[in-house]
Amino acid sequence: MMNYSPDPPADPPASLTPAVRAEGVTVVRGPRTVLRGLDFTVPRGQITGLLGPSGCGKSTLMRSIVGTQAKVTGTLAVLGSPAGHPTLRTRIGYVTQAPSVYNDLTVRQNLDYFTAILAPALSASDRRHEIDRVLTDVDLTSHADALAGNLSGGQRSRVSLAVALLGTPELLVLDEPTVGLDPVLRRDLWTLFHSIAADRGATLLISSHVMDEAERCHRLLLMRKGEILADDTPDALRTRTGAETVEAAFLHLVDEAATAAHEKETTR
Amino acid sequence: MSTTTTTTGTTTAPVPTGALNASRTAATAARVLRQLRHDPRTIAMMILIPCVMLFLLRYVFDGSPRTFDNIGASLLGIFPLITMFLVTSIATLRERTSGTLERLLAMPLGKGDLIAGYALAFGTLAIIQSALATALAVWFLGLDVTGSPWLLLLVALLDALLGTALGLFVSAFAASEFQAVQFMPAVIFPQLLLCGLFTPRDNMHPALETISDVLPMSYAVDGMNEVLKHTDMTANFVRDILIVAGCALLVLGLGAATLRRRTA
Repeated sequence: MMNYSPDPPADPPASLTPAVRAEGVTVVRGPRTVLRGLDFTVPRGQITGLLGPSGCGKSTLMRSIVGTQAKVTGTLAVLGSPAGHPTLRTRIGYVTQAPSVYNDLTVRQNLDYFTAILAPALSASDRRHEIDRVLTDVDLTSHADALAGNLSGGQRSRVSLAVALLGTPELLVLDEPTVGLDPVLRRDLWTLFHSIAADRGATLLISSHVMDEAERCHRLLLMRKGEILADDTPDALRTRTGAETVEAAFLHLVDEAATAAHEKETTR
Repeated sequence: MSTTTTTTGTTTAPVPTGALNASRTAATAARVLRQLRHDPRTIAMMILIPCVMLFLLRYVFDGSPRTFDNIGASLLGIFPLITMFLVTSIATLRERTSGTLERLLAMPLGKGDLIAGYALAFGTLAIIQSALATALAVWFLGLDVTGSPWLLLLVALLDALLGTALGLFVSAFAASEFQAVQFMPAVIFPQLLLCGLFTPRDNMHPALETISDVLPMSYAVDGMNEVLKHTDMTANFVRDILIVAGCALLVLGLGAATLRRRTA
């Protein structure tokens, strides 16, 4: 999509560099090649859905983008810097699949600590405002003083999401943020994601294995077995495959890939 | 490490996150203490058990107060080491398995901030624990200390730091709480047997004596006994506390090396 000459005379403006640009990204974990030479870009200011069955490499790709995955080869530029660059640590919000919060602290104490790490210079009142803002975003204001360990699974994963929303990051990497949530809450969160993209111009990369969530994304990356099957808008995907839903389009693409592989095998 | 991620994008000067940041360190220490405050039973046990043990010991050796002096002083150095070892190894293991460590290391938190935060929090607890145990032993149980009780407290604090450092280090090699607890007999018991608590080190088999010469707990116990027997700071005492402090720093450094921002 957007390609720059290897030695640009000046840095391209931030609005032009894609949020994520991957060229030949490969990850090997033990004996297994989890990601196989991925090429894609994630445009800024939009919601990109990362979809695929469990175990297809979604989380590994997200960890590579955030910079916590070891043994990443290829080119992976995030917000114009190499993935894992120290300057990116305040610019990316990351939510792991399992909620990573302290169960023996209250919701507010959790947020208070992570704010202190992200923005140590913030005054006490600014910090409180920031925490109140993210609590409202994830609809947990009434549970602010509850121990994270006493919350339900869905509530705990919203605490984890709230931590990622601290400090208005430019890129939000959310690994299955809506899993196990009731339909009303899921709708509310997707409304929140859209407003984050529209109002703050932030980029969201959201993984899911629930295909009906794909319809809510601006763009989709369909993954299977460590490879990118498609990189397109939901509409274009449906038109191209002549399918009614993204789920049907995905299945169509899987079958197509299987047939192609089979033909290659037999013609050899 | 073995990452070969490259880019043609912009490269900006790195934000200094490696050096110690006072407010991030303080925030981490406060967070660790807050976590413990939600667990009052652990705090009570950490503080009371050494006192109860000393109390017991005093009446076990009711007939020979000299023995109580020797063993009691040694134990004042050993308790903080063991407690802090256990608490730190479990706390850091939890941090590793719950995903909070990965989250923190994806944030602008220096490894030094995290380790110093833990050391500060558990050091504070160790001071309270040691102060109570020392006060009880010296003023109520008649532990006969020739030197200053403040020096006992200093050694106890350094021992606590050593325990924190060892706990942090071994937590990297434990995949579960079960394994972490097993490191206690593996790392602490040999030192306990060889540190001179049960029999003077020069009475041991020469091979064991040599081993005990390189184990930090031997110096922790020796330091306590120096305070017990001498009115002023002896050269041996200074050597002992320097060795314990040096070991603590060395192991903390090794512990920092086990915190990886990128993991497989």
